[in-house]
Amino acid sequence: MTDTQTPAAEAPVSWQSRLTGGVPLTTWLRERGVYIALLVLVLYNIVATPNFVTLDTIQLLFSQLPPVIIVSLGMALVIGTGGVDLSVGTTMAIASAVLAKMVIAPDQGGFGASIAVAIIVAVLAGLAVGIFNGVVVAVARVQPIVATLGVLVAGRGIALVITGGALVELFVPFFKEIRLGKLFGIPYVMIVAAVLALIVSFLVRRSAFGYRLLAIGGNRRASVLAGLPVKRTLITVYALSGTLAAVAGVIATARLRASDPSYIGLLFELSAITAVVVGGTALTGGRVRILGTVAGAVLIQLLETTLVSHNAPDSVARIVEAIIIIAAVYIQRTSRRSR
Amino acid sequence: MTPTPTQPATTPAPTPAAVAADHAGREAARARARALTSLMSRNGAVVVLILVVVLGTLLVPSFGSADNLRNVALAASFIGIIAAGMTFVIISGGIDLSVGSTYALAVILSAMYAPYGSFAAVGAALGAAALVGLLQGVVISWLRLPPFIVTLAGLTGIRGLVFLITHEGNDHPSIEGFRVFEVLGTGKLMTIGTPVWIMLAIFGIGWWALNRTPFGQSVQAVGGNDSAAELMGLPVRRTTTAVYVVSALCAGISGVLTTALSGGGQEARIGDSYELSAIAAVVIGGTLLAGGFGSMIGTLAGVLLLFVIQNLIVQGANLNSYVQQVVSGGFLLVVVIVQAVLSRRTGTAEA
Repeated sequence: MTDTQTPAAEAPVSWQSRLTGGVPLTTWLRERGVYIALLVLVLYNIVATPNFVTLDTIQLLFSQLPPVIIVSLGMALVIGTGGVDLSVGTTMAIASAVLAKMVIAPDQGGFGASIAVAIIVAVLAGLAVGIFNGVVVAVARVQPIVATLGVLVAGRGIALVITGGALVELFVPFFKEIRLGKLFGIPYVMIVAAVLALIVSFLVRRSAFGYRLLAIGGNRRASVLAGLPVKRTLITVYALSGTLAAVAGVIATARLRASDPSYIGLLFELSAITAVVVGGTALTGGRVRILGTVAGAVLIQLLETTLVSHNAPDSVARIVEAIIIIAAVYIQRTSRRSR
Repeated sequence: MTPTPTQPATTPAPTPAAVAADHAGREAARARARALTSLMSRNGAVVVLILVVVLGTLLVPSFGSADNLRNVALAASFIGIIAAGMTFVIISGGIDLSVGSTYALAVILSAMYAPYGSFAAVGAALGAAALVGLLQGVVISWLRLPPFIVTLAGLTGIRGLVFLITHEGNDHPSIEGFRVFEVLGTGKLMTIGTPVWIMLAIFGIGWWALNRTPFGQSVQAVGGNDSAAELMGLPVRRTTTAVYVVSALCAGISGVLTTALSGGGQEARIGDSYELSAIAAVVIGGTLLAGGFGSMIGTLAGVLLLFVIQNLIVQGANLNSYVQQVVSGGFLLVVVIVQAVLSRRTGTAEA
């Protein structure tokens, strides 16, 4: 890092250092590996995949992406504090089950609430799960993996108890709106995901809450000594993760037109962790990349779409995904160590 | 007996010696309490297991029958063997999320290679398991990537491999005729199934390796503080790599036993989320996820506890499988919260 600053004083500033802000070009590229990989994949598809640049492909991507993106946003915040939230998938299932319970008519064992009320209650259920996780992590000081593992094991059971153990088909007109509604050709859900990404990004970069979150991820003990409200911040982070997971659960339910507690959100925790890590957020905490997380989610989804459109079987897709995860973390490793 | 002089009516002012003795007594009581809580947090799983089994036998008649207990032990042995390997990984400060997929790989390979004989079947399964463990261990220790991520990729990638060799899960290889290694799964010794004995043997060897060998000491040192271990001249990288091979081999052995017991024909999805059960068992057993400290006996108790409680729910309350999930998860949460609070009280936890 130091040797880049000495030549800059004499020689005219090169376009490289102007672009990278003084960081060596290789380091700069390494930190943005996810965007480069995404660019390469898009270019490859434009050249090699027939009918890639059609509205259908993009529409399909746009309809598949929002739940993963929304869950990943919360996951990025949690990982930024040096934790991890394994319960997001089951939180989606719980939110979905609560939504079903609220919507179903009273004579069929539900509450017959309006869809607006139902969605609010479902999201509140996610908030409650998140607060619970946060309290266990922050106050009881249980390691995040174990604390959220407990909810991961129990949560799907809770969702099944709420729906009575079965798939519940839901006939809600508003779901069609969520599924197909568009503004200027962009699906509503994609707009929701984008707005949430902007809000979370703002929180991380500009708010006191974001600075506290990163401080705790960097060094929890020092944050305690510095008098930061560590417990409150941690609980808020897990609460946000639970809330965002619940929003994703509502969208997933609308897409499925049913609440299926044993399917909704299944393995989402793994997809979300992958998106966050591929996007350049350090697993050790103290650094969060929101835009990178979104790019990571898009990259993984696009990769799957690409492999499917080239008739690669699912097994190959999984192996390729594993290699991508390792490669992404390896490429970003060196740059992380230099700080 | 001479009559004792009567006690003075007024209590004398405490002498400095008495104060010191009182203080020492209180110190000793506090130390005893600390030792007790520490004992509870270390061997809590064993104590709770005994309590639950005794209570279960008294309250639920069908639970205490020899047949039922045999079945519980047999069911627990497959996760138990995986958890034994996981204990080493977690003591070394790592985590292995890939064991469920490695287990599936061994299940499928041992059935696939059964036509070539028992030796080929067991060899192919354990060889492949050791190989994927070695690969992950090398990536973790030599490229210095976080174990969570590497084994997460392992979970995805190895499962992909299993789907690849079973033609996207369409093949369910099963054993035609009889193969000698099936005895490993179906055999019985003193009326108890061989998998249970194999599990006990693995825990015995694991206990010995962890507490009585240089390798075990290295594992604990690496988990406690890997840079200190490196400065002490311990083979940190080799130890870390070995731990993931051990874990994968345990998953492989468990997989071979599953095929041996069932005769094959398993789904490619088998072993999904086994890593979670294994981690839960290790944590309930009192092994710290932070590394550096752990107990094989605790893990054994943790596994048995998980399966005993599930069995009690089925036998006693006759509840469906999803209520079992809720109870298992809730139990795990209670245990880890109690552990966290206890270890903070004894002052062993991080600040």
